[in-house]
This record gives sequence, structure tokens and C-alpha cells, in this order.
Amino acid sequence: MIQQERMRVISQKEIAKNIFEMTLSGQLVQEISSPGQFVHIRVSDSYEPLLRRPISIASINREAGQFTMIYRAEGRGTSLLSLKKTGDEVDVLGPLGNGFPLNEAKAGDTVVLVGGGIGVPPLYELSKRLVEIGAKPIHVLGFHSREVVFYEEKFRELGETHIVTVDGSLGQRGFVTTVLSELSKDFSMYFTCGPVQMLAAIQNMFPDKKGFLSFEERMGCGLGACFACVCKTTEQAEADYVKVCSDGPVFPAGVVQI
Amino acid sequence: MNRLAIELPGLSLKNPIMPASGCFGFGKEYARLYDLSKLGAIMIKATTLETRLGNPTPRVAETSSGMLNAIGLQNPGLEKVISDELVWLEQFDTPIIANVAGTLTEDYVEVAKHISKSKNVHALELNISCPNVKCGGITFGTDPSIAAELTAAVKAVSTVPVYVKLSPNVTDVGEIARAVEAAGADGITMINTLIGMRLDTRTGKPVIANGTGGLSGPAVKPVALRMVYEVAKQVSIPIIGMGGIANVDDVIDFMSAGASAVAVGTANFVDPFVCPTIIDQLPEKLDWLGLNHVSELTGRSHR
Repeated sequence: MIQQERMRVISQKEIAKNIFEMTLSGQLVQEISSPGQFVHIRVSDSYEPLLRRPISIASINREAGQFTMIYRAEGRGTSLLSLKKTGDEVDVLGPLGNGFPLNEAKAGDTVVLVGGGIGVPPLYELSKRLVEIGAKPIHVLGFHSREVVFYEEKFRELGETHIVTVDGSLGQRGFVTTVLSELSKDFSMYFTCGPVQMLAAIQNMFPDKKGFLSFEERMGCGLGACFACVCKTTEQAEADYVKVCSDGPVFPAGVVQI
Repeated sequence: MNRLAIELPGLSLKNPIMPASGCFGFGKEYARLYDLSKLGAIMIKATTLETRLGNPTPRVAETSSGMLNAIGLQNPGLEKVISDELVWLEQFDTPIIANVAGTLTEDYVEVAKHISKSKNVHALELNISCPNVKCGGITFGTDPSIAAELTAAVKAVSTVPVYVKLSPNVTDVGEIARAVEAAGADGITMINTLIGMRLDTRTGKPVIANGTGGLSGPAVKPVALRMVYEVAKQVSIPIIGMGGIANVDDVIDFMSAGASAVAVGTANFVDPFVCPTIIDQLPEKLDWLGLNHVSELTGRSHR
């Protein structure tokens, strides 16, 4: 069930340039059901900035009652959030949305996980869960440059990991598609999260593979009431449109018009 | 005695707090969070004759203490609203105010005629003030004689009282208010959003795909309050006030300025529990003001 809670900051640190990792503690953690869900954060108790910020969940520790999120301090809201210190409280609404369908993968499956920039974080919890069920994840993680790369070692601990940067300052030079084109096509399915152009490229690259894409859109309420984050759908879909916040953010490949 | 109960044309309200149209969908999303029977009423999302898919995205942009939106009246259309949304809402003990929109007068009339017959629709809110659609909407709300004509046409077919939602994007809001009152409006709801813009500083281009959008949120409260205050002096029909209401003090202010009830809009996006929270806080505020009943607030500024 969706909860609104003032959660406590357990830790916050800058793990790459302007990329922050924040761990929060509270009851709401017990409600998180799948990797790929997100939380909606109010960064200030005043009306400035007004709206909440949707941030994806990078890892969940149910026993400790904590989750970790990773975000880029870019605008006013996330910059304010990055100033929070251990012990501070943060107003969190969540968990929201539908995450990656873990039940699609089974033991022995090879699963390709493709992340772009700040779309990488939800793939971490996803990869941990895939390893737990005996699937074999292969990570293809794209970043702009070396200074914004994060969690490389953590992903390597879970499976084969390819880092690619646009400027070639770390790993291979190019885009995630550069790596994917050289990869064996012998995998069961793919999961991906990142900029919409990247999602489109991956979907086009593997038209015959089962795939799940996590989208991002500007959001208002995060609950499905405000109709800010709608996307047009293809003929494959039942509805004329979907809302990224409440119908997604994860959709099967081919459903959303991109 | 229920200190919060309010009687308005067509509406027996448990309390004067209701979510504003367009900020609450058809209630489903918020029903997962709390019992909608707690609300005074629900103003449902604007309903048009045909299904509308709305404007391209981006549709929202944050501004200082506010937000711009240009959703474009996205809704499933009259038939589905009546057969699905309104039927689903029947499970709650809450009157529905149906927001009616269209392109031509005939569209408004057709929607009003059918939607007013739904069991739980106790009043209509005539949307003559949406700034985000190319035809209809605000074009009806900025000319007093056109606004009056439309009001009369809808009044002629509606089986429930008709409230007219006024636009702040006019020179003299009082003139429009008087015109719709003379045309038979049973009440006024105000204000809709203020037309605004946000530019991408790097490109110089509008952030919202529609170019302009409607400004809402705490930023517009002073404008809305002034307009409610103005109109309250000029009409004798009740006003449901709205525009930036985010807490119980804002409610006190709007009612003092002349509103008989209020609607909470954008604040639902920030705090989804804002309506029940305000309802819970109202009695204590009345004690603090030394008032017995919430209706004693209405028009305090003018006495």
C-alpha cells in the first residue's frame, strides 16, 4: 500500500560527480514489492519548490527497514535534497508504480540489463534479485564520462559487466548499443532503464526478444491523477494511452510509442 | 450539530472541503489512500462529449511556489464517465460536482443533459475557463454575453443546479459573475488557472509543449482571494472558492473573503492527504476563532 512517511536519513554521500546515494529508514520499506518501483520525495516543507521529485529505488534492505536511492543533483529540488544530512527527515510518498516483472525470469536464464546514466540505479536491486533466483545477469551500463560512473564494482560482483562512456574515458567508447551489437544474442530477455532515445534504440535492436522498459517522464502527483506523464501507446496496447507513474514506469517492449 | 455542514444549491456538504476538478481524476487514485466519504464533495475531472487524449507532453512545469499545466481536458468522454467513473463513485457517501466542458454550446448542453441525470451528480460546474484548449473553454469565459448565453442553455437542460467556473484571465471578473448570475447560474466556482509561461533558459523555448499553461498552486492565492472578495460583493449566489489553497488557514481566508465552501487543487499533488487533514483541523481553527459553525466564516471580510 502507498504510504506517506517522514523517513530518516541514515546516510548520504556523493558517489560520483553530482550523483548522490541516500539511504532512508522507515516503515514504508516493507511495502516495496518489486525492483523498479519509485518514491516521490518532497525536498522541502515549504511550497518552494512545490512538487515532489520522483526517484527510483536502487536497493532494498527489508530486514533493516531501509532503502537506498541514487539520484543526480541537477535542478533546484535534487540540489536541496543533496544537502540533507544523517538524522534529517525526508517526506516520502511511496512505493509508487509497477516495477520489473521478476517472475518473467527463471533459474538458468541469461538476462541482459541495460542502463543509461541515472537510469542505472533500479537495475541494481533487479540484478540482485535475478541472482537470487538463479538467473545470470549481464550488465551493460552507459554513462557520459568516467566522472559520473557509479556502482561499477557492485554490478561486477553480481555478474558480467560492461561499462561504456560517450567520451571513452572509462570502459568502451560509444553507447550501450555499441556494446550490445557485439554481445551474444543468446539471452532470454532484457530489462532496461534510461533516456527514451536509448530505450527506443534497444527495442529496435531486439525486436524478437522479450524485453521490459522503464520510462521516465515529468510527473505531477505520481499517483495517476494529474495526467501529466501520459504516453501514447501502440496497436499492441489495450488502452489509447498509459500513465508512466501508475501504469508504469516499467512496460513490456512495444507497448509505448517511442 | 455538525459544525462543518454546509447547505448549498443541490449540495448537502458534510464539510466545505472538496478536491478541485482536474486535480483528483475521478477519485480512484486517492481512494487507495483514504475514504472519499470523508470529503464534502468531489469535483470530477472535466467531461467532454467525446474521448479526449489531451495535449502533447511535457504538460506540466514547476514555477515558483506553483505549477503550470496544459493537460488539455484529457478524459474518457461522456459515455464512459457516466457508465464507469460515476457508477464507481456511487460507493462513497459524497456528492459529485460534474465539471462540464466542450467546444460548442451544443456540446456543453449535451453533456449537461446526460450527466446531470446520474444518481450521485448533485451539481454541475460549467467549465468556461480552461485555458489549454484551442476552442471552447476560456473563449466562453471571457465575454459576459457569451458566458450568460451558455449558462442559460445549460440551465435549461440540467436537472441539477449549475455552478459556473470563472476564469481569472479577464479584466473585470465581477462583470462575468453578474452576467452568469443573471442568466440563472445557481453558484459560482472560482478561480480557474491563470495563463502563464515558463521558458527553457538555455533554448529560449517554452517548457510546456502547448507553449502556455495554466498557473496554479500557492503562488496564485493572492489573486484568487482578491477575485473572490470582489465577486462576493457583486453577486448573491454562493461561491465555491479555490486557487492555491494548501492548508486550513487558506480555507479560513477564502471563506472570510466570501466563499461558502472551497476546493483544494494542486495541493493534492504535493500532499495527497491534504483534504482530510484540513477537514480534521477545521474544528480546532473554529475554536481558535471563537466560532460555532464554519458558515460564520463566510464573508467576515465584508462585515
